[in-house]
Amino acid sequence: MNASDATPRPAPPPQAAPGPPSPGTGPTAADAPALEMRGITKRYPGVVANDHIDLDVRHGEIHALLGENGAGKTTLMNVLYGLAQPDEGQILLDGQPVRIASPADAIRRGISMVHQHFMLVPVFSVAENIVLGEETMANPVFLDLPEAERRIRALSEGFGFDLDPEAKVGQLSVGQQQRVEILKALYRDARLLVLDEPTAVLTPQETEEIFVLLKRLAAGGHSIIFISHKLYEVLEIADRITVIRRGKVVGHRVPAETDEDDLAELMVGREVQLTVDRGTSHPGEPTLEVRGLRVKDDRGSEVVRGVDFEIRAGEILGLAGVAGNGQDEMVEALVGLRSPTAGTVTLGGRDITRHNVRSINEAGVGYVPADRHRFGLVLPFPVSDNLVLTDYYRRPYARGIVQDEAAIDHACEVCIEDYDIRTPSADVPTRTLSGGNQQKVVVAREFRRDLQLLVLDQPTRGLDVGSIEFIHKQVIAKRDAGTAVLLVSAELDEILEMSDRIAVMYRGQLVAVLDGRTADKNQVGLLMATGGHAAGPAASSGAVA
Amino acid sequence: MGQVVAFLYAIPVLGLLAQLVGYLLDNLQFVAHGAVALAIPIALAGLCGVMCERSGVINICIEGVMLLGAFVGWIMGVVATAILGPGTPLPIFGLTLPLLIALAAALLAGMLLSLLHAWLSISVRVDQIISGTIINIAAAGLTGYLNTLISQLSPQGAGAFQPLSLPDTVVDIPVVGWLLNAVLDQGPIGITAIVLIVVMQILLFRSRWGLRTRAVGEHPKAAETVGIDVIRLRYRNVVLSGAVAALGGAYLSMEITNSFQANMTAGRGFIGLAAMIVGRWTPIGTFGAALLFASSQAISQSIVFTAPSGSLGDLLTIVPAQFYDALPYLVTIVVLAGVIGKSIPPAADGQPYEREAAT
Amino acid sequence: MSRVDSALRRAWELLAIPVLAIFLAFLVGAVVIVLSSGLVGKGFDLGLPLTAYAALIQGSLLTPTGIVETFVQATPLLLAGLGVGLGFKAGLFNIGAQGQFLLGAVGAIWVGTVFEGAPAVVAISAALLAGMVVGGAVGFVPGLLKATSGAHEVVTTIMMNYIALAALSWLVTGPLKLPGSPQPVTASVTSAALPILVGRDGHLGILIGLVAVPLLWFLLYRTTRGFEIRTVGANPDAARYAGMRPRLVTVVVMTLSGLLAGLAGAGNVLGLNHQMTATFSTTVGFDSITVALLGRSNPWGILPAALLFGAMRAGAGLMQIQAGVPAELVDFVQAVILLFLVANSVLRRLFRLRGVTAELGTTETLSRSYGSEGVH
Repeated sequence: MNASDATPRPAPPPQAAPGPPSPGTGPTAADAPALEMRGITKRYPGVVANDHIDLDVRHGEIHALLGENGAGKTTLMNVLYGLAQPDEGQILLDGQPVRIASPADAIRRGISMVHQHFMLVPVFSVAENIVLGEETMANPVFLDLPEAERRIRALSEGFGFDLDPEAKVGQLSVGQQQRVEILKALYRDARLLVLDEPTAVLTPQETEEIFVLLKRLAAGGHSIIFISHKLYEVLEIADRITVIRRGKVVGHRVPAETDEDDLAELMVGREVQLTVDRGTSHPGEPTLEVRGLRVKDDRGSEVVRGVDFEIRAGEILGLAGVAGNGQDEMVEALVGLRSPTAGTVTLGGRDITRHNVRSINEAGVGYVPADRHRFGLVLPFPVSDNLVLTDYYRRPYARGIVQDEAAIDHACEVCIEDYDIRTPSADVPTRTLSGGNQQKVVVAREFRRDLQLLVLDQPTRGLDVGSIEFIHKQVIAKRDAGTAVLLVSAELDEILEMSDRIAVMYRGQLVAVLDGRTADKNQVGLLMATGGHAAGPAASSGAVA
Repeated sequence: MGQVVAFLYAIPVLGLLAQLVGYLLDNLQFVAHGAVALAIPIALAGLCGVMCERSGVINICIEGVMLLGAFVGWIMGVVATAILGPGTPLPIFGLTLPLLIALAAALLAGMLLSLLHAWLSISVRVDQIISGTIINIAAAGLTGYLNTLISQLSPQGAGAFQPLSLPDTVVDIPVVGWLLNAVLDQGPIGITAIVLIVVMQILLFRSRWGLRTRAVGEHPKAAETVGIDVIRLRYRNVVLSGAVAALGGAYLSMEITNSFQANMTAGRGFIGLAAMIVGRWTPIGTFGAALLFASSQAISQSIVFTAPSGSLGDLLTIVPAQFYDALPYLVTIVVLAGVIGKSIPPAADGQPYEREAAT
Repeated sequence: MSRVDSALRRAWELLAIPVLAIFLAFLVGAVVIVLSSGLVGKGFDLGLPLTAYAALIQGSLLTPTGIVETFVQATPLLLAGLGVGLGFKAGLFNIGAQGQFLLGAVGAIWVGTVFEGAPAVVAISAALLAGMVVGGAVGFVPGLLKATSGAHEVVTTIMMNYIALAALSWLVTGPLKLPGSPQPVTASVTSAALPILVGRDGHLGILIGLVAVPLLWFLLYRTTRGFEIRTVGANPDAARYAGMRPRLVTVVVMTLSGLLAGLAGAGNVLGLNHQMTATFSTTVGFDSITVALLGRSNPWGILPAALLFGAMRAGAGLMQIQAGVPAELVDFVQAVILLFLVANSVLRRLFRLRGVTAELGTTETLSRSYGSEGVH
């Protein structure tokens, strides 16, 4: 067995030499896979998250774990990382059975994980985040941060990262934060790296960069588990692919012998239409007109800096952009949750700038917020209360201030039927519904009215393919009924599939508006990443004046 | 010189302010000493809050833990004196064996009661404010009940710790000597408190414990994924903070007085929380805020004790005495309302941590 | 038959945990009685808790006078508890019921003395109204501070309690002092005194408390205003998204909560004491929190909770006389009841209770808006 991987290390040796270290050379290490998971079963109340899952990862291999949201990928990795204990099954590292009791245990055994939601403390510096848990000490009590910073600088230069160890993590870009996460793993001398949906928040260019890095690490002997639900990425990066569905392994593939359709069918369990049939749109008169909009964030800095655009009736405008470029604040300003500092918003010719949430809602604006748990739903409330959350005070749901229970019940029955909300009844707490059905509650509430404008912020984030398909169809139907739709999404694929026109937001400004049918993914990605300064003539031709 | 002062004092309105400054300078020795003494229990309460909240546990039962500490310190002094006799005080701090036993018991009791809060808020995951409230009610009820029961026996206490007396030559140096005396003319608990604040400030920002505590309070999941046991760290911080709060309680019943009265903490635990918020969750800042609150009380006491002369004195006599009683609480509200929004709590403050969550 | 079954089942689900918590708390109280009486040298008398609890029950439930006294004691707890519970529903923790109660009482006495000689209906209405206005004002201040600056009501309401205490002392020793009296007391009201309906002091306030229960329930669960209050309490961000105004709700609910506590104070002093003293002492502040938590902030739950604690207050005096157990014991037992109630998950595991509702005890989340976050 590989002794250096299995014995506890009080502190990793400083990795002075740049580049990946050489792999283990023990006799077993060469024969046995780096990791073998046998028959892993994990049950949570009401669900079997993992049902006898087998997985093996070889040394120097990039192994993709493919599955839908909720298929059990994250649970399996939590088991591997000691965050959850399996009810059944066995884990072997380099052929030796091990019990991983805690993340500390996993780290000691050379396993590191880059979580989908970064596990970084925003108010800490890069160095503090990296050493946390493996602190470089000046003496038994006090830290030696300068020494840690020196080591981190050396390590990060070895990989060509441009990272200041003293910078506060909260002020770094998403791509840089991901590098901090990877450095965290390498600082701990990880041999097995798990990356959970690492590309979800990256631009296509950043994705390319991380792929290069992963291939380099694998070539240096690191084993990598790459978790994703994006088929083309998996095909590009993986040596082997394991597909899981509803907690079970449903197949193994090698990229050379498969394609997207095959993987999609395996992943979802039925034939899926990979692209939405969006039909043809028939845009009418401009419904929403935004002129010179400026908005400040909570800390008082201007994050929307003079935005002009319009959306026509019966048209979907996709808003692309790396998270944190002012999209959230702009959406909040449009729906009345935030007051713009300058500019005008007109809806159907009527000025609604600085109107409050309710008045904008009554003017015919529907809004599906990005964070349904925080904004869209009151989770402890019954489904029925959430279905009338925005119009509880209006007839027929209330007379004066007295609520009309019968009218509410009736409306709920209709919604549950029309929007296929799977719930035992309208009286159960909304918390008990699945993510897809929770989102359908929000969608039903917002879509059932006659709307002039529909604002969708990350409408399908974290949902299963079935729910995504359903919601996309509803959006198309709403568009065809003459509603203007603003679609904000971090999923560039979703933007490209759904939009009639695509606007790219960069540092608080719209740097380009492109035709949705002809827009090229790399072109949009480049605009998102650079604002078009490095983009070719194709981008500038669509730029807004 | 005297003419200048008289002229200044005669200016309308501004003159009153000048008189107040003059009065405070004249009484600096008294006011400064009083302010530090009054600030110590508040600062200890605030420090207890810092230790808990930096690790993500809201602690509003500081008041109850202090009260229990005060009670146990006093009652164990009674018991130890009854068994061991009063003992001969050592020349320093007037230390006696019963006093030390009583102090140790007080700290232990504080830690035990904090353990209850830790268990309720960390393991049972009760809302932390509700858990704290229950403990406050229980502490007030239990100490009130036992106090009534025991007072019937008119028990003999163990007395109190004595302050560290500085030589008169030092004390009499104007301003510097007075301030030095204000800080150092303390018993062992007061001195410990001041040392503790400095030490905790350094530990929180320079030590491994401090880094991990802050990480757990900001982003417990991130701490867990690098192998830090969030639950254990929170338990340890909350339990240890109980000793700090109990120290504040013991200060009331064993150092500045030698007896216990029902509800003698009089809201200091809550003022300590306010001091923590105003002090932005740092030990030094908390002490500064505690000094601010205590100064308002010390000035009130000084005014009641030696009323200022002149037009200021005339004005102040119109103000009812109860106004001065209410002043520290008023100052707390005003400062709290003014500083909030600029003072940001640890991100995970008050959120129970669930180790294994289905995703 | 099946209807009886399901009713029984429902009762079991709702009551199993509270009843068990109450039983266990009295058990803990018994241990404290035995140990403490032993430690003060009265010997470890295992029968003492029985004597004490027998006196407690006799003084509260077994005589007509005791039953009336139970209701008299329960009424301020009920009204203030409804106020605290209303706050909980909006995610607000009003620990200031104590101060609102005291100043409400003073306000009622003051207006009552002004209206001395007026017809009873006028004097009583004016005095009760004054109690509500003053209590509401005392609650309004922390509400406004929370809505505008984010200062957490837990700290500010407690500070308000101490300020109220100082204000009470000043009013009763100063402006409202009965001229010529050696003691710091106010004049007594007679016109504004609440009529006695039953027994020695079963006053009109009891009726007011009982009427308030269905009114509050209707407000909370059958009106749009109640829906707004509950939404703000459960998820203030979602409330804002839905076009509600969390800041306004915060101010209104804190004011209403103070108003109910003020009414409790007014009713109590107009029905019983008829005057205020500087040393007027009450534990209504903490007790009303206990009552609200025990009643799960639901008006129909707060009613039995208030009656339980009213009974304990009513019997505590007899317990102290007959068994020599200080009346403060009931404060402690109340806290222990709550303790078992919030730790109900542990009780359920310990006693293998199945099918009882998991949401007993506290469902409120108060710690969310702590610190600087406040409401938006």
